Amino acid sequence: MKEIVIKTDRLSKRFGDFIAVNEISFEVQKGEIFGFLGANGAGKTTAMRMLCGLSIPSSGTAEIAGFEVYKQAEQIKRNIGYMSQKFSLYEDLTVSENISFFAGIYGLTNREIKEKGEALVEQLGLEKETKKLVGSLPLGWKQKLSFSVAVLHEPKIVFLDEPTGGVDPVTRRQFWDLIYEASAKGITIFVTTHYMDEAEYCDRISIMVDGRIAALDSPSKLKTQFKAGTMDEVFYQLARGAKRGD
Amino acid sequence: MRTIRFLLQKEFRQIFRNRAILLLIGVMPVMQLLILPLAANYEVKNINLSVVDHDHSGYAQKLVAKVTASGYFKLRGYGASFKEELKKIESDEADLILEIPEGFERNLIREDQQQLFIAVNAINGVKANLGGAYLTSIIKNFNEEIRIELLPPGRFNPGPVIEIIASNWYNPLMEYRFYMVPGILAILVTMIGGFLSALNIVKEKEFGTIEQINVTPIKKHHFILGKLIPFWVLGNIVFSLGLLVAWLIYGIIPIGSLLVLYGFLAVYLLAILGFGLLISTFCDTQQQAMFIMFFFMMVFILMGGLFTSIDSMPDWAKLVSRFNPVSYLIEVMRMVILKGSGWRDIWPQFGIITLFAVVLNAYAVINYKKTN
Repeated sequence: MKEIVIKTDRLSKRFGDFIAVNEISFEVQKGEIFGFLGANGAGKTTAMRMLCGLSIPSSGTAEIAGFEVYKQAEQIKRNIGYMSQKFSLYEDLTVSENISFFAGIYGLTNREIKEKGEALVEQLGLEKETKKLVGSLPLGWKQKLSFSVAVLHEPKIVFLDEPTGGVDPVTRRQFWDLIYEASAKGITIFVTTHYMDEAEYCDRISIMVDGRIAALDSPSKLKTQFKAGTMDEVFYQLARGAKRGD
Repeated sequence: MRTIRFLLQKEFRQIFRNRAILLLIGVMPVMQLLILPLAANYEVKNINLSVVDHDHSGYAQKLVAKVTASGYFKLRGYGASFKEELKKIESDEADLILEIPEGFERNLIREDQQQLFIAVNAINGVKANLGGAYLTSIIKNFNEEIRIELLPPGRFNPGPVIEIIASNWYNPLMEYRFYMVPGILAILVTMIGGFLSALNIVKEKEFGTIEQINVTPIKKHHFILGKLIPFWVLGNIVFSLGLLVAWLIYGIIPIGSLLVLYGFLAVYLLAILGFGLLISTFCDTQQQAMFIMFFFMMVFILMGGLFTSIDSMPDWAKLVSRFNPVSYLIEVMRMVILKGSGWRDIWPQFGIITLFAVVLNAYAVINYKKTN
């Protein structure tokens, strides 16, 4: 029996008449790499923001790390890491200042901040850049740093919203190495992406179409189910039916 | 507490890395205090005067000499045609016309009576008003002088005269800078505090960093305090710089206790920073925040009693100014600096400003939503 860390039941979010997320139900197990796919405007980010406690659901329930989203949003925040679509470390702080700031507000002790910070810098090969402003780093480095900061406090789950958008293939590969490492430590990864090769790296993926989950399984099973050779084809088959998008 | 320490560390690092902010808090107040009090001066000099002289007599010349010697007036024209001189008013070369009628001297001596005519360009109200008043009083003075001259010494028996001796308390020489400098400093502190705090949270919204904060278990009041404290410190620095300039340049030393002054300022800054933070919780972009703050600042400044006295405002405006925190600071600054008021004198203002601080900050904390 595997431990379930994310569990949603008919979770919805409405903005006026618009139903951004329409009754999605799924479960994610501990340590899993869960891919969250969908065309632009399918409702991925909205769904993720609800799971992170950034947005209150309109209806349905969700339990994250054993806490429910309506009343225990703050406890959830203690147990998750989040990396948004928009780069959101402080560009006018240096690498090490960002690390110690975020580690500090998650309540890490000074010794932990020092040790983990050094380990992080070493892992990313940023030893020479610690005193540089984050704003001056190339995008790929920023994204890797951003991920490492998001898992520095060893959350149970980390939510990644299109973490590799605009990043070159080599850096993307390195980024996924970081993800695997975190996953091996038992951190559950919840990741949205538009790259189908990245979808293949996931243990299981869900594909959202018009606010609903249209398919959910492991990449190989989905390919069999949709009689497709690649994840690309699976995605096209599902996304072609979408009524909204950009 | 530890969280706040990390927040403060971050805020101060960002502030000290931002050259624009450093200039804003260091150079702006000093520059403004050097320039503004000299410019914002109600004392009207250089009133442009045109004289239409139909008489060309000795007395007429004496009068004109007396008027120009007063230092308030500049003789812009001296002619014999009212029409000509009126053109100067039309083209804004002259503010006032003094018309001396024909037979001025003759009538004055023979009939003991003469009329003078003053035409005032009332477009610039202050200049016109004061100019007219100065001119009238100079002419009155002139009148006294020639009365003595004209009457034979023996018959000179002055009637009962009430002489008024005025004494200006708290600002004996009626120096405008004593009146203006504390007020301008009050406004400077308000502007810098208000704008910096209003823009700060919105900037985090624009850059997206607020999302990263909102997803942490940080407490709302910690976050707001982390924003409030750095700007509170900056506000105190700006204020101290201002007092220093007031002392070094204008020789203004607060008569009252500095403790009272800083005590009031401490709470006032909390109020104005809370107001800025409140605005920033309502806005999504720095532009929005800027414009909204600008709107309030205009009202605060124009209705704060710096340029126009609140006592002479209509009742509805007096009511509005009661909701204007700036008016309390200006009032208290003048009371403490010029009059030497103590705690007992300023406690009503202190109470009200405390109320402002509590309400505005509570509202800002409530309105700052980590979850939407």
